[in-house]
Amino acid sequence: MINLLKTLSDMGGISGFEGAVAPKIGELLKAYCDDITVDKGGNVVGMIYAEKKDAPTVMIEAHMDGIGLMVKEITDRGFLTFVPIGGIDPRILPSCEVVVCGKKELYGVIGAKPPHLQSADDRKKAPKMEDMAIDIGMTKEEAMQVVSVGDMVYFKTEAMELANGLFSGKYLDDRAGVVSLLHCLEQLKGKKLPFHLAVLCAAQEEVGLRGAVMGTYNIAPTVAFVVDVCHGNTPDSGSDSIFKPGSGTVLSLGPNIHPGLSFLAKKVAEEKEIPFSVDVDGGDTGTDAWAVQVSGTGVATLLLSIPLRYMHTTVETLSIDDVKATGNLLAEMLLTIKPEDYEICILKR
Amino acid sequence: MYLEALTKIPGVSGDEGMVRDFILEQIKDDVDEIIQDSIGNLLCLKKGIGENKKKVLVAAHMDEVGLIISKIGDDGFLKFKSVGSIDPRVMISKKVFIGKENIPGVIGAKAIHLQKKSERDSVPKESDLYIDIGAQDKESAEALVEIGDYAVFDGAFVEFGNGFVKAKALDDRVGCDILISLAKSKTAYPFDLYLAFTVQEEVGTRGARLLANRICPDIAIVLEGTTCSDVAGCEEREYSTKAGGGAALSIIDRGTYYNKELVQALYETAKRHEIPVQYKKTATGGNDAAAIHVSAGGVKVAAVSVPARYIHSPSSVIHMSDYQAVLDLVQTFLQEGITL
Repeated sequence: MINLLKTLSDMGGISGFEGAVAPKIGELLKAYCDDITVDKGGNVVGMIYAEKKDAPTVMIEAHMDGIGLMVKEITDRGFLTFVPIGGIDPRILPSCEVVVCGKKELYGVIGAKPPHLQSADDRKKAPKMEDMAIDIGMTKEEAMQVVSVGDMVYFKTEAMELANGLFSGKYLDDRAGVVSLLHCLEQLKGKKLPFHLAVLCAAQEEVGLRGAVMGTYNIAPTVAFVVDVCHGNTPDSGSDSIFKPGSGTVLSLGPNIHPGLSFLAKKVAEEKEIPFSVDVDGGDTGTDAWAVQVSGTGVATLLLSIPLRYMHTTVETLSIDDVKATGNLLAEMLLTIKPEDYEICILKR
Repeated sequence: MYLEALTKIPGVSGDEGMVRDFILEQIKDDVDEIIQDSIGNLLCLKKGIGENKKKVLVAAHMDEVGLIISKIGDDGFLKFKSVGSIDPRVMISKKVFIGKENIPGVIGAKAIHLQKKSERDSVPKESDLYIDIGAQDKESAEALVEIGDYAVFDGAFVEFGNGFVKAKALDDRVGCDILISLAKSKTAYPFDLYLAFTVQEEVGTRGARLLANRICPDIAIVLEGTTCSDVAGCEEREYSTKAGGGAALSIIDRGTYYNKELVQALYETAKRHEIPVQYKKTATGGNDAAAIHVSAGGVKVAAVSVPARYIHSPSSVIHMSDYQAVLDLVQTFLQEGITL
């Protein structure tokens, strides 16, 4: 699992440019699925078909895009200015290493005016995105040959293991979710399910849940299990909706979540002794679950989350055990639910 | 050239041992005498030929800026202090390696989703930051890390763009590497050449102070990595040095008035041999020259530097032509430029 997390976390594939990671995810799904497609929205969809053709469809989902930057301008001196793709904290950017996906992949460092040339006031201010630029070690003329405005930029930080089963990488939001889906599929290997199982690895979550909107519409599932990340505990995180890495998967409750499914999830987790916590959202969970729920004529939706420290930085940190717990709970639930459960999901809330 | 290997070795001020051991291994058979003093400087003598010899000191510092672990919290997170000057803004969202065992850790930041508006606009203080090594609690952290352990930033050596290199600790492993080249050179000089690898430059040129008193050199040349501000956001008038602009000669900085004749001689040697050369155009910063030029009753000193963009950050950047220019200039100057 560590290799899988590292491989996927280290790749590019920011929102709208998932082509950098989609083929790898397709290849990984191939071991479990009857067919793999990439839809119009750039989503990777794997299907495992039930024997009965008219069986309902259950979907498991995680998004595969990460946050990044896009080249805005090549300056006269060959530096690249940029705009954010997704929710970027400008404070993580100074001296950050990046890869610019031009005609070839180019290494770059994000620089800014050195502190000793800044006024005392400016030194106390958070860096602004418009004051920073990517240094690719080229003149404007050299850069123009290989870089275009609109090229995508992803972070270079390579993932690594920490102590006690913790793991740090740049795109664990939500490649760890994708890995939990793969872990679930591994548990299901050789088992026949009474429904079609769709695996949606969605594009463009970070820019507005767009891939999930298109992908879920195409799949038209009755039930969906979405996996994303939630905030992990840190000294400055407070304790509201914060979970300690290593404490298990996190089960959401609230309007976004179908109560029949959360009841089932709790029951299965307790029976199978899978560690979990419960989180509550008064409305929008801020994940693809929010889009999935209102897709087509409606989808009974459940959200499982993996606690993640330092979300949207280049050192996102989680516990491998939680990725496993999430995949295990998914698998156990898929093995538990029966056709009558779908009826409950459709008719009652 | 050992630059890649040198930049990878952790060697924060006060903890230069591994850098020193590496250097010693490379040069121990190439020099006539080796002295290691109490603070940790490594001093090598290449004996000159002839009589009534003068003494020339060429120095570079082994230490780099970094962190030191100051507290292990009950929650297993580590507090730290910086060693040398580091802008806290470059620490966020970075990987670090701690202690002799290179225990990996990360300096995270509160997720942007959890920040208040005021937090988004402000620079976190060093005292607000912490290192996460994955420890569950104090006890499991203490099994891996001790208070007083030093930490360095992740420092992969990357060649990129047109002749550029990115690494940590380029300030001043570039100088160390050039000193190693001088040590390995077979040239015999008409003076005793002292090659000094110093410690604790980044915390106040502590090592160099002792060295110069021990040797009492006639002249000294300091090899450095220096600030380079030809970067985005800076006007040309603000450039201190330019990457690709050649070896940078210092005239004045916060610590030193450099010896005019010596600097002039270096400049003329460069021009005569068409070695790219530039003057450092700001008066900020400082280096071992500050300690050397007032030691032993006064020493004539010059500094020749490789410009380094984003200096004192985990991702410093130099142009390799500047490294070559410093190496060429110093070698040429020692061979023919010196009139003592």
